[in-house]
Amino acid sequence: MHPAPSVIVFTTLSGLGFGLLFFLGLGMPGATGGVAFVFFALAYALAVGGLLASTFHLGHPERAWKAFTQWRSSWLSREGCAAVAALLIMGLYAIGRIFYAADWQFLGGIGAMLSLTTVFTTSMIYAQLKTIPRWNMALVPVKFLTFALAGGALLAGQETLATWLLLIAGAVALAYWQRGDRAFATAGSDIGSATGLGDRGAVRAFEPPHTGSNYLLREFVHVVGRKHSLKLRVIGVSLAFVLPLLFLLLPVSGLALKHTLAGLAVVSHIAGVFCCRWLFFAEAEHVVGLYYGKR
Amino acid sequence: MTDLPTTTDRKLGLVIDLDTCVGCHACVISCKGWNTENYGAPLSDQDPYGADPSGTFLNRVHSFEVQPAPCSAQPSPTAQLVHFPKSCLHCEDAPCVTVCPTGASYKRVEDGIVLVNESDCIGCGLCAWSCPYGARELDLAEGVMKKCTLCVDRIYNENLPEEDRVPSCVRTCPAGARHFGDLGDPTSDVSKLVAERGGMDLMPEQGTRPVNKYLPPRPKDQLGDIDVLAPLLAPVAEEPKGFLGWLDKALDALPGNSSGGSN
Ligand code: SF4
Ligand code: SF4
Repeated sequence: MHPAPSVIVFTTLSGLGFGLLFFLGLGMPGATGGVAFVFFALAYALAVGGLLASTFHLGHPERAWKAFTQWRSSWLSREGCAAVAALLIMGLYAIGRIFYAADWQFLGGIGAMLSLTTVFTTSMIYAQLKTIPRWNMALVPVKFLTFALAGGALLAGQETLATWLLLIAGAVALAYWQRGDRAFATAGSDIGSATGLGDRGAVRAFEPPHTGSNYLLREFVHVVGRKHSLKLRVIGVSLAFVLPLLFLLLPVSGLALKHTLAGLAVVSHIAGVFCCRWLFFAEAEHVVGLYYGKR
Repeated sequence: MTDLPTTTDRKLGLVIDLDTCVGCHACVISCKGWNTENYGAPLSDQDPYGADPSGTFLNRVHSFEVQPAPCSAQPSPTAQLVHFPKSCLHCEDAPCVTVCPTGASYKRVEDGIVLVNESDCIGCGLCAWSCPYGARELDLAEGVMKKCTLCVDRIYNENLPEEDRVPSCVRTCPAGARHFGDLGDPTSDVSKLVAERGGMDLMPEQGTRPVNKYLPPRPKDQLGDIDVLAPLLAPVAEEPKGFLGWLDKALDALPGNSSGGSN
């Protein structure tokens, strides 16, 4: 798949934003007033910024509101509805925290659940696609959820939780690659089944339908970027999980130093998640490539 | 609603004969011609006369080579070239319809045709992601999704002479490799053709249940070594004799001359 920057930015930032909102909704941290304002502002900037970025790849962004109508059948539509619901409820909860120093736990709880639901619906947009075997597995929602929770805990300053969640998310990332590398072969589509000619002999793409490129090749066949995928996997996991864990676990004294390290952990984690998300798209192979003898 | 209908009254679709298709791409051109002028947004081209031309097509023809494995009857079988037109298969379980967030993509209850309502389409591209066959292309100029309409604006069009009320590709194919009809009716010509020739689904493992069927190519003829024209084409000139033979040898012996032909 073509790793479109708008979609990578969207899934990364909004995942972090909704992860942070989840913890804020549960009263972690239970800040009020100005501190609460900073936390909520950050969460909204990430979540809304991500959602806005996602509209950049639309052909007709001005009609985006129509995407709220098909929640009965479409995960993309459900994502839109869940995101708006989460942002509205968490907005009310934020007002209580910031202006009234109040903890409307019920509202916060619902908002937290809706935030996680949003991340889940995002992941299902990808996981539902049988055409992309690397995405068509239960590990994809698990990956999106654990990444969002780990990042959210890190941003919310929940150090102990973040340590555990980073460990879990890192393990999920490795499992996703381990399973994903075999997914295309196990899904059972090959050039033989694509053409229906497989039982007559070895099928080879002889001539493409056109001399130039087309939408399908640009969107679905991305061979170049996969060349360095092993190196990028190491970089991604190191930045997203290993370094932040080191920063968190380093036994240092002094509040300033601790805060600096926590800040570094956040920056490193975000960079790593960007790298992993880029790979999530670049490594994904669409079965339509079979017709072109490419993947 | 982007829910799929549980059944459709008819299942209109194409039957494509891989045995007959000669790969001339006439259907590609006639499709582009008809559909750029009629139903919905035109099919745009980008940089059509430049160095990197590309454009939106609803029908494309691939060519594949099939190399049979050697066996005792055929120790060195020849490869077969198969031309392979591909467009929307109007699937019964069309994933492209259910993923659509706006309801722009839908499958018609009356004839099973899968269409895009372009004024609702936001151009998110998700339907193209969900189609295993590459049958949907986002038009770069219009920002909306384009796909085969089965020429819905021809097949019911009373302003056209009756023989033209078939999809443009079917009407154009000079080899008669494309057939159009109701695949839900077992007595229709297309259904009989599919039954007779073992019509097949593409990527059945994707679970899309395509309506369009492909007729497999017949096995290549085996002529063995018999060649009726061979005796007529046997070389007439034998080894030159007499003076010519001497001259030939003498010239060959000259330095600088390669050992060329003997006559
Ligand atoms: S061929 Fe592709 S676009 Fe056409 S109905 Fe099937 S899944 Fe949808
Ligand atoms: S590109 Fe248009 S038709 Fe396709 S899923 Fe998006 S809104 Fe629906």
